Amino acid sequence: MDNINSLEHRFQSAIDNDEKIEARDWMPDAYRKTLVRQISQHAHSEIVGMLPEGNWITRAPSLKRKLALLAKVQDEAGHGLYLYSAAETLGVSRDEMLDQLHTGKAKYSSIFNYPTLTWADMGAIGWLVDGAAIMNQVPLCRCSYGPYARAMVRVCKEESFHQRQGYEILLTLCNGTPEQKAMAQDSLNRWWWPSLMMFGPSDADSPHSAQSMAWKIKRFSNDELRQRFVDMTVPQAEILGITIPDPLLKYNEETGHYDFGPIDWDEFWEVVNGNGPCNKERLAARVKAHEDGAWVRDAAVAHAKKQQQAKLSVA
Amino acid sequence: MNNWPLFEVFIRSKNGLNHKHVGSLHASDAHMAIQNARDVYTRRSEGVSIWVVEAKHITASNPDDSEALFDPAEDKIYRHPTFYDLPIELKHM
Repeated sequence: MDNINSLEHRFQSAIDNDEKIEARDWMPDAYRKTLVRQISQHAHSEIVGMLPEGNWITRAPSLKRKLALLAKVQDEAGHGLYLYSAAETLGVSRDEMLDQLHTGKAKYSSIFNYPTLTWADMGAIGWLVDGAAIMNQVPLCRCSYGPYARAMVRVCKEESFHQRQGYEILLTLCNGTPEQKAMAQDSLNRWWWPSLMMFGPSDADSPHSAQSMAWKIKRFSNDELRQRFVDMTVPQAEILGITIPDPLLKYNEETGHYDFGPIDWDEFWEVVNGNGPCNKERLAARVKAHEDGAWVRDAAVAHAKKQQQAKLSVA
Repeated sequence: MNNWPLFEVFIRSKNGLNHKHVGSLHASDAHMAIQNARDVYTRRSEGVSIWVVEAKHITASNPDDSEALFDPAEDKIYRHPTFYDLPIELKHM
C-alpha cells in the first residue's frame, strides 16, 4: 500500500511540476486508460478525416488545388500513424485499436460524419475544421504524456499549411462569380455549427474534463477553446465577406469576446451516437478499405519471408 | 575486443524529449551495454533514460539513394504555409 502511495505521489508531483510522463514511468491505470481512449480516438479522426476530402481529389478544379489536397490528405494519414504509435507506447496494440474503430466501438470526431457536397467544402474544412483542430492540438503539444506531446508537435508543424490552403480556396470563390460566392456561403452555413461542436460538450456536461485537466492532458476547457475559436474566426469571415449563420453572434464590449447562439446539442449527440448523415457510409468505407488492403499486407509478409529464405540459402 | 558486438547508444536528456543518438560502444550483451553507456555517456547528468541497440539491427538508407529519396520533397512547395496567398490583415493563421 505504501508502495502504491509513494508511486502515486511521485507521479502526481511530476505532473504538478510540469514534468513529462514517459512510457516506462509508473502511471495510474486510469491515466493510461484515458490516454489510450483519447489518443486512439484522435488517430481514428485523422484516418476517417481523409474520407470527406478523398471525395474531391479527382474533381479538384485545378492541378494546383489537386496537389495541395492530395498533400493534405497524405499528411492526415501520417498524423494517424504518429498517433497510433503514441497510443501503442501505452500497451494497446494497433490491431485492437483498428478493431475498435471498425466495429464501431471507438469514436472519432463527429464532424467527419457530415457530407462534402461542393468544392467549397474543401475550403470550409481547411478553414474551420482544421482551424478548430489546431485550436485543440496546440495545447496538446504541452500535454503531460511525452509521446503524445511529441506527436502533437510534429502534427501541428505539418498542419500549418492545411488551414491556409482551405482559406485560400474560399477567398478565391468569394472573389469569383456570384454563384461561386454563394457556394462559399452555403458551405459556411453547413459547417459552422458542426465546427463549434468539435470542441465537445459544454464543460458542465463533459464528464472526463476535470480529471484530464488535473492530469494536464487537457490544458483548457472545451468552452474556453470554443470561445477562442469564435473570437478568432469571426474577423476571418469578415475578410471573406460571408456571413456566419448565427443571428445571435455579437461582439460583447464588456467581455471582449463574441457572444454566440445556443448549440444544438441534440444534433451533436445524435451524430455521436451513430445517426449523423454519413456515419454508416464512413465506417463502411473504412472497413472496405481495410479489407481490400488485406492482400497487400499478406503480400508484404510473403515477400519478407521469401527475402529471408533467399538470404539463408546464399549463406 | 573479443569480438564483442557494437551497440549504438541513445540518451533521453530529460523527460519530454526524444532519445537522441550520442555514440556507440562495444559490450558483451545489452545489459553490459547499458551499464557502460551509463558510465561513458551520463557522467555529468546528461540523461534520465538510456536505449541501446545492437548496430547490426539498424538498417540505414544508402547514401547513393539520397537523391531519389529526398529530392522529390524539394519541389513540393505547396506543402508549406507560405505557398498560399492570403491578405495581410488576416490574423491567427
